[in-house]
Amino acid sequence: MSLLETSGLTAFYGDFQALFGIDFAIGEGETVAIIGSNGAGKSTFLRSLTGLLPNAAEAIRLKGQPIGDLPANRIVGLGIAMVPEGRKLFPSLTVEENLKIGAYSGREGAWSVDRIFQLFPFMTERRQTPATALSGGQQQMVAIGRALMSNPDLLLCDEISLGLAPTVIKDIYDALPAIQQAGTTVVVVEQDIQQAMAVSDRVYCFMEGRVTLEGAPDELSHDDIKEAYFGLKGAA
Amino acid sequence: MDWVNAVIQGILVGGLYALFATGLSLIFGVMRLVNIAHGDLIVLSSFLCLAIVSGLGLHPLIVLLIVVPVMFAIGYALQRGLLNFTLGPDILPPLLVTFGLSIVIQNALLEIFSADSQKLPAGALQTASLQIVEGLAVGVFPLIVFACAIVVIAGLQFLFYRTALGSAFRATSDDPDTARLMGIDNRHIFALAMAISLAVVALAGVFLGMRTSFDPSIGPGRLIYAFEAVIIGGLGSLWGTLAGGIILGVSQIVGGKLFPGADQLAGHVVFLILLVVRPRGLFPRAVD
Repeated sequence: MSLLETSGLTAFYGDFQALFGIDFAIGEGETVAIIGSNGAGKSTFLRSLTGLLPNAAEAIRLKGQPIGDLPANRIVGLGIAMVPEGRKLFPSLTVEENLKIGAYSGREGAWSVDRIFQLFPFMTERRQTPATALSGGQQQMVAIGRALMSNPDLLLCDEISLGLAPTVIKDIYDALPAIQQAGTTVVVVEQDIQQAMAVSDRVYCFMEGRVTLEGAPDELSHDDIKEAYFGLKGAA
Repeated sequence: MDWVNAVIQGILVGGLYALFATGLSLIFGVMRLVNIAHGDLIVLSSFLCLAIVSGLGLHPLIVLLIVVPVMFAIGYALQRGLLNFTLGPDILPPLLVTFGLSIVIQNALLEIFSADSQKLPAGALQTASLQIVEGLAVGVFPLIVFACAIVVIAGLQFLFYRTALGSAFRATSDDPDTARLMGIDNRHIFALAMAISLAVVALAGVFLGMRTSFDPSIGPGRLIYAFEAVIIGGLGSLWGTLAGGIILGVSQIVGGKLFPGADQLAGHVVFLILLVVRPRGLFPRAVD
């Protein structure tokens, strides 16, 4: 059985429809990448999964249970945590307080402040620093740590490489195996297709609010992806 | 010695003004809600205490044990049942609703208690004083009020910066949507903030009623003092609010001594001067 499944998921911003019936599934322990251009609906899809956008109960199922109509503050307690786009750390809180508030939902599990410090050792010295005084890459690591503190079954990472230098992106993705080994299922939303292919077991491509392609990275040809990503057929 | 005396009285009155202002500052800090009914809620607490004092014959300070929890509960219910629905990107609805609430409270108090001036009986505390040096004495009651203001502000400071609930308050204030992703129910957090605000209001209301006479119409005046103390101190700074209250208190009493009858005017003038010189207040919060 899938860990998480959506069927016919839609999303609206006022009159504007952003998602048109997304069917998506991810198995336990799997890592799935969602690719697509700006405005394809990737972030909207993650916001729907976390409950920040309302939906019908049956549209989203976690371990078979309908959760689509639950509010965001209930969803995290059920085991879905998000690393939001743009990091969204709390500027009034220190690094350590940002991590601790990640555990607010009280879910039991292996992650603790000390274990996050092991994963990202730079934090030990900066624990009392206001979170937004860190560099972009370090802030991204705090945001990942904060999400892990809720001991999620499913970790959603929204554009964690956005605006960061390649070496920093590598540092961040180097943490992924440790997260996967802890038994966490991961969804990454990426604009960088190479990066997405490298880390994932399966890829979904979104375009204009619809899934245009789905499959394992080694099964998908360059042209398939180009067509699904840009909607260009046969373009060289 | 007269002037020293005036400054000391002013500082002590400042403690009461800080109590007026703390609750206002707290809810603005947590949810960007400007509570126009704040002053009327202070007066409501005074009348609530009066009703219990005259019914049971207890001392007002003992009745605090009833009034504070009751106002705490009213605050939670008010936020959960009404004010949460006014919060959003538009800042006008909460202003309009609390303005309406202000009128409702004033008229309800007028209906129940009439427009007569009332006072809470403070007993021997009314006149008790401590002689500091020859010719300089301070009242015991103003000292108690000032000490309470310090304890309340220190307590809130601890709550906000040393506890998990405080982190949740600050996180919700920073970014309510992301706070929800952490599992924080912002409606509950907002309601707790209003509850704490009204618990402090209850304290302020009872002290106000023991210090001076009050009637249903004086709420908006207390709101102005509270606003001025908050703005002088700097938005978001609790100790700044105490400083703001003290500056306001000293300005009023010293001003009233210089120009008899002009005490309130002196407070407003000092407030306006400080607003020109330090528009962000004396101790603005570093992160905005």
